[in-house]
Amino acid sequence: MDDEVRYNTITLKMPKKKIITIIIIILAIIFIMPFFFTVNPEEVAVIQRFGRFVRIAEPGLNMRIPWGFETVTKVKIKTVFKEEFGFRTLQSGVNTRYAETNLDDESLMLTGDLNIASVEWIVQYQINDPIAYLFNVRDVKETIRNLSEATMRQVVGDRSVDEVIILNRQEIAYEAQELLQRYLDKYETGIIVRTINLQNVVPPESVQPAFNEVNSAMQDEERIVNEARQEYNKIIPEARGKAKQTIENAKGYAINRINQAEGDATKFISIYNNYKKAKAVTNQRLYIETMEEVLNRFDKIYIIDEDHKSLIPFLDVNKGGK
Amino acid sequence: MKRYLKYIFLLIFLILLANALFVVNETEQAIITQFGEPVGDAIQSAGLHLKIPFIQKTHFFDKRILEWDGEPNQIPTSDKKFIWVDSFVRWRIFDPLLFYQTNKTETFGHSRLDDIIDGVTRDIITKNELFEIVRNSNRKLEFSIDFDIDSYEEIKASINVGREEIADSIYVSSYESLKEYGIELVDVKIKRVNYIDTVRKQVYERMISERNKIAEKYRSAGQGRAAEIKGKLQKDLNEIESEAYREAQEIMGEADAEAIEIYANAYNKDPEFYGFTRSLEAYQKTISENNILILTTDSEFFKYLKKVK
Repeated sequence: MDDEVRYNTITLKMPKKKIITIIIIILAIIFIMPFFFTVNPEEVAVIQRFGRFVRIAEPGLNMRIPWGFETVTKVKIKTVFKEEFGFRTLQSGVNTRYAETNLDDESLMLTGDLNIASVEWIVQYQINDPIAYLFNVRDVKETIRNLSEATMRQVVGDRSVDEVIILNRQEIAYEAQELLQRYLDKYETGIIVRTINLQNVVPPESVQPAFNEVNSAMQDEERIVNEARQEYNKIIPEARGKAKQTIENAKGYAINRINQAEGDATKFISIYNNYKKAKAVTNQRLYIETMEEVLNRFDKIYIIDEDHKSLIPFLDVNKGGK
Repeated sequence: MKRYLKYIFLLIFLILLANALFVVNETEQAIITQFGEPVGDAIQSAGLHLKIPFIQKTHFFDKRILEWDGEPNQIPTSDKKFIWVDSFVRWRIFDPLLFYQTNKTETFGHSRLDDIIDGVTRDIITKNELFEIVRNSNRKLEFSIDFDIDSYEEIKASINVGREEIADSIYVSSYESLKEYGIELVDVKIKRVNYIDTVRKQVYERMISERNKIAEKYRSAGQGRAAEIKGKLQKDLNEIESEAYREAQEIMGEADAEAIEIYANAYNKDPEFYGFTRSLEAYQKTISENNILILTTDSEFFKYLKKVK
């Protein structure tokens, strides 16, 4: 109630001329507004006058003739778009979730050796020519999807299942990217492919265990070989040690043998040198000394006269004899 | 009254003008018909155009490259393998007048493509072997393990046509017939080639047995290498042991020889004396206690004994 009163008083106070000026200004603003439009930093705007392309507007505040004269189409040329094949991301982030839908038709493909591989990949692309993008091909996204499926299969079709699943993944993505770009250029889509990344490249599900089996067989091979190597590394050094021992023993024998010989020889020579001086006496002495010692060892000694033909006990020389 | 008449004329003029003017977008092309009959050439250039109001009608067609994605078809290859072939084409309406006359709308255009592309695809696929459709070049396939290539006919064979060329021949064979409908074929691509379910199961089984073979190969390769190492072990062991034996025998032999020489050098000074002393020494060593000895007085030792008697 209070507000209404004040409003009325203001209106009453205003001169008629001023009201008209304000109305004109408001109308002017309403009239001028459609002339302006903003283009965001990641995009450009394609302007057509009566359907015909006239110019491109860069990011910032721009002008155009409104009311159907000039139409504006904004194209995000800085944004990198992504297409997924064989899988779908439901929600990306720290815990990326993937849709559980079965996309086998998209991911399963025949390899050059007529086997089947499951390939999942992404294509990242950007619009680099907004005019070509808008005016040359109707459904660019679907075209990229179709071509990407065809090219990936073409590249995989020239490789064995081993090459696709086990050996060289990067080369496949690279070749697929090049091929896709060539086809997109042929259609003049205005698209530039930034990357193709292979995601999950695996054998079909029911074949997976057999592939795992190969991996474990490879590990088995290494294990068996390592075991043999270990045995070798244990036994051979031991044998070398023993061999060294045998040789050292032989060397010991040799030294012993020679020393003995030299000792014996020296002993003989020194005895001989003295013997030379008195041969007969020494001979006798040595003989008697030896016999004395040796005969002492016998329990009983029977001495028989050389003329006697029978054996008769004659003399017991043994000290402790019976 | 006259004052109003002026405005009425203006209104009529504006209505006629609005109907006479039409906009052709960059993505479009148009034809004009008069009582259902096409008039003049197709309008290809974008911008503002004129026609006779109300009497003439405009028909717009897309000027861009258009999509067509065929339904997958089950087709046998010439080597009697049943596969699903899913192809797509890109096309454009190159003669909108002809297109209008023969198809009226894009939907009918699609059914033309269905008829012609599906038929031609079937014809060409049945004339080719499966590996010609899957592979595109004679790039040598590589394997993770030595592969028994002879067990695999498809790998050994080199292709004559290949995927891209097959797609191209579908393109060439369809191009002329589509032209009659104002359709220009831009491109044909084989998108997916897949085995039908029963064949797929067989292929899976083959892949499994193939992998099992490879696994077996790895394992036996391991056994082989291990056996090799074990053989080398035995060989090295024999070598080490026999070499040591040889060397030891050599050393001992040399020592023995040297000893013989030393003995010989010394004893040769008087072999008789050596024989004598050595015999004495031998007596010392060999005769043990608790024996009985019988001698005659003839013995050197007892010779005095007899004399005394």
